[in-house]
Amino acid sequence: MTTQTNENNIIIQANDLSIYYGSFRAVKNVNLGIQRNKITAIIGPSGCGKSTVLRAFNRMNDFVQSAHNDGKILFHGQDIYAPEVDPVQVRQMIGMVFQKPNPFPKSIYENIAWGARINGYKGNMDELVENTLQAAALWDEVKDNLKKSALALSGGQQQRLCIARALAVKPEIILMDEPCSALDPIATLKIEDLMRELSVKYSIIIVTHNMQQAARASDLTAFFTMDEDRAGLMVEYGETSQIFTRPKDKRTEDYITGRFG
Amino acid sequence: MASMEITQNINQSSAQNISTRLRRQTRIGENLIQGFLFLCGMISIFTTIGIVFELGKESLLFFSTPEVKLIEFFTTTTWQPSIGKFGVLPLVNSTLMTTIFAMLIALPLGLAAAIYLSEYASHKARSILKPILEILAGIPTVVYGYFALTFMTPLLRGIFGEDNVQIYNTLSAGLVMGIMILPLVSSMSEDALSAVPRSLRDAAYGLGATRLETAIKIVLPAALSGIIAAFIIGISRAIGETMIVAVAAGSGPAFTFNPFKGAETMTGYIARISGGDLAYDTPDYNSIFAIGLLLFGITLILNIVSRRLVAKYREVYE
Repeated sequence: MTTQTNENNIIIQANDLSIYYGSFRAVKNVNLGIQRNKITAIIGPSGCGKSTVLRAFNRMNDFVQSAHNDGKILFHGQDIYAPEVDPVQVRQMIGMVFQKPNPFPKSIYENIAWGARINGYKGNMDELVENTLQAAALWDEVKDNLKKSALALSGGQQQRLCIARALAVKPEIILMDEPCSALDPIATLKIEDLMRELSVKYSIIIVTHNMQQAARASDLTAFFTMDEDRAGLMVEYGETSQIFTRPKDKRTEDYITGRFG
Repeated sequence: MASMEITQNINQSSAQNISTRLRRQTRIGENLIQGFLFLCGMISIFTTIGIVFELGKESLLFFSTPEVKLIEFFTTTTWQPSIGKFGVLPLVNSTLMTTIFAMLIALPLGLAAAIYLSEYASHKARSILKPILEILAGIPTVVYGYFALTFMTPLLRGIFGEDNVQIYNTLSAGLVMGIMILPLVSSMSEDALSAVPRSLRDAAYGLGATRLETAIKIVLPAALSGIIAAFIIGISRAIGETMIVAVAAGSGPAFTFNPFKGAETMTGYIARISGGDLAYDTPDYNSIFAIGLLLFGITLILNIVSRRLVAKYREVYE
């Protein structure tokens, strides 16, 4: 349960975090320190609260009316749920990529420019669009069609566009909620390669159902499961290689060897 | 083991009877239902055709009378059938004026209410506000007419002076018509806004957009086709609305752009003449069919134009 990580390198930290939907406790007592410029995977069976925890990191749970938290989430030491914190600012610094690609029904160019513009970007927009599309490994495929609707792209391309769109806001952390679950294996590998490249500049947290993906693509892995009271909890957190080869907890071992979930 | 035998039995029996079992069945119920549904569709189509035919036939009669000239009908500004003056512009003008006043109320307020209900309101607020709006939509229009005459007109006269505002005036009728149409516009617009997938809002919020930015720049454009449809239906409703204007807008055709003066609208005129004691087959009487046809034409053109606009500007979110 402990987070054996270098304190200085932690960018965001959940402290004794419990998340409730109404009176139902969906996640309990999570202590999780996310390291800077690393890819952290959150794995676990359905209903264990992986996505709930992920969405707590940029306050997307605010839109669920009955959702509320105990505990703290410290981003650079600042509790993002403190009353003086503006959730809109939090989401600018902590971007998100969703399960199903959700580009805006606008042009490819406008998909990227929109987020930058509402966040007050004043620089050269053409340059920003090109740079972020290149960072998302999409530029070569779309550079001649920037005015085309984003919905004309394939699923994998749409998801990379959503990543590019998130990058254009210049976040520090990118949250990915099962970003490949709607994609085919080739598109999935492209996203995984892209995550590796992005981790040089960004810290990435990815929720995934796919254990091979976690094993392949992440540096650290947190394993969540469900307790008897149906509340999700974190069982084990550590280097991905250690979690997948020498899990300390029996429940982790059962899950990764396929005896459960 | 038992399941194996069953499988084999099925295989054998279907091999023997396969052509019988696959033979096309007659399903009488299915055919009856299909025929009934087709008939229901046809009824509305035939009704429309019948109305257009009748309007056209009577209008032809009207335009074939010697006093009436098509060009004068559309270009002159006096409508006095008793002295043979058939210039439809005063009626069209007051219809457009009341419609514009109504839309100044119904479109912005209706859209704002829809955005509030769909993007801002809590479940509780919505569960209280929506039924109230729907009650507003259920009030008979004649009540709105008296509301215009006994509340809105005195209010306007109080503000702008009794010397300036006549008892019957197009502004009062138009404004109250706007209040009447507001729930229609807001309810249809809200449906269109609510139909925009949650995932698009998530995408915007995830980029650090505020509620307003998300509502105005993402949800609204995605719902545009539905909202324009709501506007068009609202406008058509205003053009065709009869009772409020008949009660509050005045009952004498007058060509004026002054909103404080009374002026009969196309619908108001039709209502007055069809309820009056004019003889059939006089030009006066037949004129109401021509005006009806004109009303029909205006709303038809409005529909066609709006379809074009929507197809051009909407952001499809599939």
